[in-house]
Amino acid sequence: MTAIATRYEVVVGLEVHAQILTQSKMFCGCSTDYLTAPPNANTCPVCLGLPGSLPVINRRAVEATIRTALALNCEIPEFSKFDRKNYFYPDLPKGYQISQYDLPLSRHGYLEFDLKGEGKRCGITRVHLEEDTGKLLHEGAIHEAQASLVNFNRAGVPLMEIVSEPDLRSADEAREYVMRLRAILQYIGVNHGDMESGQLRCDANVSLRPAGSAELGTKVEIKNMNSFRAIHRAIEYEIERQSEVLGSGGRLAQETRGWNDARALTVSQRSKEFAEDYRYFPEPDLPPLDVSREWVAEIRSGLPELPAARRERLITTLGLTPYDASLLTSSKPMVEFFEETVRLGAPAKTAANWILGDFSRLLNADRKEIDQASVKPVHLQQLISLIDSGAITGRMAKQTFEAMYRALDPSPALQAARDSTQISGDADLDRIAEQVIAENEKSVADFKAGKEQALKFLIGQGMKISKGRANPQRLDALLREKI
Amino acid sequence: MMLYQRTIRDLHQMLVDREISSVELTDAVFNQIDAVGDKTKAYLLVTRDLALRQAKAADERLRAKSDIRPLTGIPIALKDVLCVKDVASTAGSKILRGFIPPYSATVVERLEREGAVFLGKTNCDEFAMGSSNENSGYRPVHNPWALDRVPGGSSGGSAAAVASGEAIAALGSDTGGSIRQPAALTGIVGMKPTYGRVSRYGLIAFASSLDQIGPMTRDVADAALLLQAIAGHDPRDSTSSSRPVPDYLATLTDGVKGMRLGVPKEYFVAGMEPAVGQSIRDAIRLLEQQGASIEEVSLPHSDVALPAYYIIAPAEASSNLARYDGTRYGFQAGGGRNIIEEYMLTRQQGFGAEVKRRIMLGTYALSSGYYDAYYLQAQKVRTLIIEDFKAAFTKVDALLGATSPTAAFELGAKTQDPVAMYLNDIITIPANLGNVCGISVPCGLVDGLPIGLQVIAPGFGEETALRVAYAFEAATEFHKARSPLMGAAA
Repeated sequence: MTAIATRYEVVVGLEVHAQILTQSKMFCGCSTDYLTAPPNANTCPVCLGLPGSLPVINRRAVEATIRTALALNCEIPEFSKFDRKNYFYPDLPKGYQISQYDLPLSRHGYLEFDLKGEGKRCGITRVHLEEDTGKLLHEGAIHEAQASLVNFNRAGVPLMEIVSEPDLRSADEAREYVMRLRAILQYIGVNHGDMESGQLRCDANVSLRPAGSAELGTKVEIKNMNSFRAIHRAIEYEIERQSEVLGSGGRLAQETRGWNDARALTVSQRSKEFAEDYRYFPEPDLPPLDVSREWVAEIRSGLPELPAARRERLITTLGLTPYDASLLTSSKPMVEFFEETVRLGAPAKTAANWILGDFSRLLNADRKEIDQASVKPVHLQQLISLIDSGAITGRMAKQTFEAMYRALDPSPALQAARDSTQISGDADLDRIAEQVIAENEKSVADFKAGKEQALKFLIGQGMKISKGRANPQRLDALLREKI
Repeated sequence: MMLYQRTIRDLHQMLVDREISSVELTDAVFNQIDAVGDKTKAYLLVTRDLALRQAKAADERLRAKSDIRPLTGIPIALKDVLCVKDVASTAGSKILRGFIPPYSATVVERLEREGAVFLGKTNCDEFAMGSSNENSGYRPVHNPWALDRVPGGSSGGSAAAVASGEAIAALGSDTGGSIRQPAALTGIVGMKPTYGRVSRYGLIAFASSLDQIGPMTRDVADAALLLQAIAGHDPRDSTSSSRPVPDYLATLTDGVKGMRLGVPKEYFVAGMEPAVGQSIRDAIRLLEQQGASIEEVSLPHSDVALPAYYIIAPAEASSNLARYDGTRYGFQAGGGRNIIEEYMLTRQQGFGAEVKRRIMLGTYALSSGYYDAYYLQAQKVRTLIIEDFKAAFTKVDALLGATSPTAAFELGAKTQDPVAMYLNDIITIPANLGNVCGISVPCGLVDGLPIGLQVIAPGFGEETALRVAYAFEAATEFHKARSPLMGAAA
């Protein structure tokens, strides 16, 4: 790889499709729930493309696209329109997709991210709005299926296409770009970022050129990458494949290749030597969109704190390292978990270590998001306070955390850890009680005078002496007895 | 006079006065359909059961004197491009054979609320593409004035039904003249409203930026009444206008005194029958006598309207008709070895020659490398035509011209020459491209065949067009002439 990198420069541009989390579809009132609804339940004449039906623009989808574009530092032109992209496919009920061609809702933005401590910026060509297609279900493998079924529940779900400039120079950068982009979409509440279900999809255009050359090489489009890992592996594979072809004096074909995750390679799907002609033309069923400056200003003012700003805040006010801050802010649920844990009293650095270490390792293995875990910030904070008070060792804490993570309810595991280290032995407790009485004469006198409150204080002192390990019920009984 | 020969307003009065019932009226019209239907072939589908149900319901309303509307109990025909829930709707195409829409067009719903009675779906050129009705995927329509003649198109079935007494009124659709031209050729009134005035929801699309639904009636007042019922904003059609709908009847009889009427010199086209030209000049003189001032105006880009139309309309059609692939509804050829082959077989067998011709024209015009030269150029021409009308309407209130350069021609006369057929619409097409409205009103007979005067008014100036047309009609007897078929059964 090093030898190759000196001879060729890697050029990657990404096209990310993100569904928008609206209640209803892009051009009709049908529900966007296509994952749990029975096949073709959420359809109507409009999204089925029945003769005579007409589309009506979902304003919320337009708003979400503008919000995304603003978060990606894009320009929002005052005038935009929808176009028809014409092609025949059984998952496309009208024979055309309503999309945007030459006047998208936004263009000329950028996304900044951090790679190994180095700041990077990738240009955003455009963010436009279109409708999703239906889904085909083949009887067996696609090339030998005797029958295929179509589910139109997904047809007409609002879909954003976010096109990057060919500014990315490695698989690492590409993966980091998608992670950042996904975080932004989560932060602004337009997409959950689930790649496996297809809610977020990524295609990559990969090409190589001699280092120092300004011209772009022959590009290959890679599809079917369903995870960050797949994006990384597929691009790595493609860089290697292309450099081998070029290195041996061969020519690359302009084509679309699909990533096969099981076989860990890309497979040619179709040649792009003859570009497909989609015969784009303005959608005559929809009036052009006038995007007023007031509307844009209103959407801009409603933007939440974005990952980059939050990252800065974590570094400056909580003292995290830039690296930890980057990792934490790459997922909205993760950074929210972190901040809640800190708010409950855990030290920032310790909380970050737990979340990015053991917790992430377990989540990754289970392919789960942090907000799907049974461990909540309050549990982590309590565990951290047990460690900090010296009640349990680091090694015990790791075991306890895993037990908490595996359980539906983490509380018993946490309690067990607490119990296992409690001082319940009579001799030890007796010694603590004696010390408390000796050191707090005034409170002892107060209690004797009938102030129940004073005993609480004394028990607290006992807990302090025992570093939280004394059994408070037994200490209570013992102090009453002795005073 | 037979019931089926009367106007909406006459019949409305008789219904309100309980002189007749809607069921009697509907039966009378069905009797006429039975008598002459196999001669005109105006209908593709007669919805007798539905009509009788609706007539009975209308009679209930009339008896109870509850919510009586101008169209309550009136039998109306619907062009087959309009979707009616649970009623086969084919747009005159074999490819939609068996398609039963699960919903109704907005105009259909509005007529239902009025209490109208639906007689059936009228024959038309396939997907409304044609000027003679010979492009029907099922059978041509015959002109009630002379059965060897075409009724015009594409709303030829609706026109023939009104002209033969097989309907009291009808709805048609007009993309380049498809209401006005057949109205002229069958001696009735037909109006194309301004684009956006009537909802297109549920209209099986030909060319989305040009299609409009409009009334086809015995006289101008009926047209005003029917338009009143269907016009207005529809949230389901984003291209429908939210402008308020004026009361068309309120200004109908105001006359043309003091109005400025323009005569575009370009509308006296080469190839116009001399007798048609003469009738139009007579009509203009008559309106002048009524108190209008007449002046010649110029619409300089009229000569390029037709070529621009035959780029834009087919381009939109090529996309609109892509959905007919046989996989979900309508006709499916069967026998394809894979999905692409099945698409091809279905479309080869399901579409007629003219529809295929236009799909190919439109696909070509939108193709990469040709888009700028054809589609974009045609859109620029369209802008010039819009500007032409705007300029003319700064000088005059309305424009006058022929609707069609000739009277009805013989069946088969132009089927071998698509361009000769396209030239029928040369004076109607500009109004569609120019986003204005137009009405055709009978203005005479040439060799026993009716011809029409076209009145064009600015966008959303329907009341002006109706007012001029009414003034002309009130001063003439042309609209009272009945086709032999309508008279024969009397």
